Amino acid sequence: MHDVILVQSTTHAIRIEKLLKKAELQVKLVPVPRHLSSDCGVAVRILADERNRCEEILSENSTPFEQIASLKK
Amino acid sequence: MIYFDNAATSWPKPDVMLEAMSHFVREVGANPGRSGHRMSAEAERVRYGAREVVAEMFGLDNPLRIVFTPNATAALNTAILGILNRGDHVVTTSMEHNSVMRPLRALEENDIEITEVRCSPDGTLDPDEFENAITPKTKLIVTIHASNVCGTIMPVREIGAIAGEYGIPYLVDAAQTAGTVPIDIVADNIDLLSFTGHKGLLGPTGTGGLAFAPDFDIEKMRPLYRGGTGSRSDTQHQPDFLPDKYESGTCNIVGLAGLAASMRWIREKGGVGKIREHEAELTSRLIEGLGGIDGVTVYGTKDATKQTAAVSFNIRGVSQSDAAEHFGDEYDLMCRVGLHCSPAGHRTLGTFPNGTIRFATGPFNTSEEVDAALEAVTKVAGE
Repeated sequence: MHDVILVQSTTHAIRIEKLLKKAELQVKLVPVPRHLSSDCGVAVRILADERNRCEEILSENSTPFEQIASLKK
Repeated sequence: MIYFDNAATSWPKPDVMLEAMSHFVREVGANPGRSGHRMSAEAERVRYGAREVVAEMFGLDNPLRIVFTPNATAALNTAILGILNRGDHVVTTSMEHNSVMRPLRALEENDIEITEVRCSPDGTLDPDEFENAITPKTKLIVTIHASNVCGTIMPVREIGAIAGEYGIPYLVDAAQTAGTVPIDIVADNIDLLSFTGHKGLLGPTGTGGLAFAPDFDIEKMRPLYRGGTGSRSDTQHQPDFLPDKYESGTCNIVGLAGLAASMRWIREKGGVGKIREHEAELTSRLIEGLGGIDGVTVYGTKDATKQTAAVSFNIRGVSQSDAAEHFGDEYDLMCRVGLHCSPAGHRTLGTFPNGTIRFATGPFNTSEEVDAALEAVTKVAGE
């Protein structure tokens, strides 16, 4: 099961990717799922199991994001 | 050939700069922030890498607080025009470059009052004078970090401490010092630091930016431009977060790829401190040599520990333009003469309106080149 972090901009996506990779969490940049947002850029896909850890890391590193949504697949 | 015009733009550049730019155009190519595909994400990684290395050099933890602009002038205009409003007061110095003074003069027409704190004839500033200039209406303090005319370094940390006490944002123009003098935005009490990529940072022209202190509130500053950012595309209003608030329009990503490579090269070669050491040695040799030539007047502090590598001087009885022609034709020596876009600086030094001859060494210059240039000055002065 995956969750997806919707971000403010691709700059934020790259920062989040780097921070989560450094913490050895599974992370992949994906196009923003159309059903979640009208935005045209990238989102950050993570493991649903690692969502809480991700939120902690982003908060510790003053890195804002729009929301974290569940992906059903 | 001797290139002594590093205060205008540095030359040569590290090979890795050109390699990174060529690699970007050939292999990465895409527009960062505009699409979700692999190449665009890679372009964003390149830009983020540039933010990281800039943040690190200026003592910031968070690369999101680095905004890129086409040059230092754009960064200064963004901050000055974005912060000040009708009826406000701004404090600056009598050593500023026109990139600060021209936007400020234009604002005078909008009832914005300017106080220029007088510097000594060697360009030095007394921070106490600064405090006296502050009024309840003061909404911005802006100073050059080091004079582009004679290199004199301003007491930035002391001015920043005063600005902090009064809760006034402090904007520092680091065009001459980014990459040549160590800067720590937090320790130096700076709120906003404008920098250019093509001088001390050894990057390409068309790069520069504005670095934001961790606690600077961006609600206090309007963007200069508004437009496409690739983010929040569903709304016609400008994003309110860093860096997008101030980064509309496609950026010079090829240039930023080169800038990041040059800055990593600086880091690998021992960092800004090492460059500072090398330039201080050359500057000291130059000042001492010029001081010993009959008819030569050197301006500024004449102390390499108190200035950058920009050394201004005049030769009695020789116009600056004649001197420049001699240096160019007979010695293949490149320098800049005249007013250096700083009528304020030259007035302070007493060299307005004729100006000075400026020799500005850089990391690739050698003491042999300094000696050869001194010989050229000796000959021109003796003719």
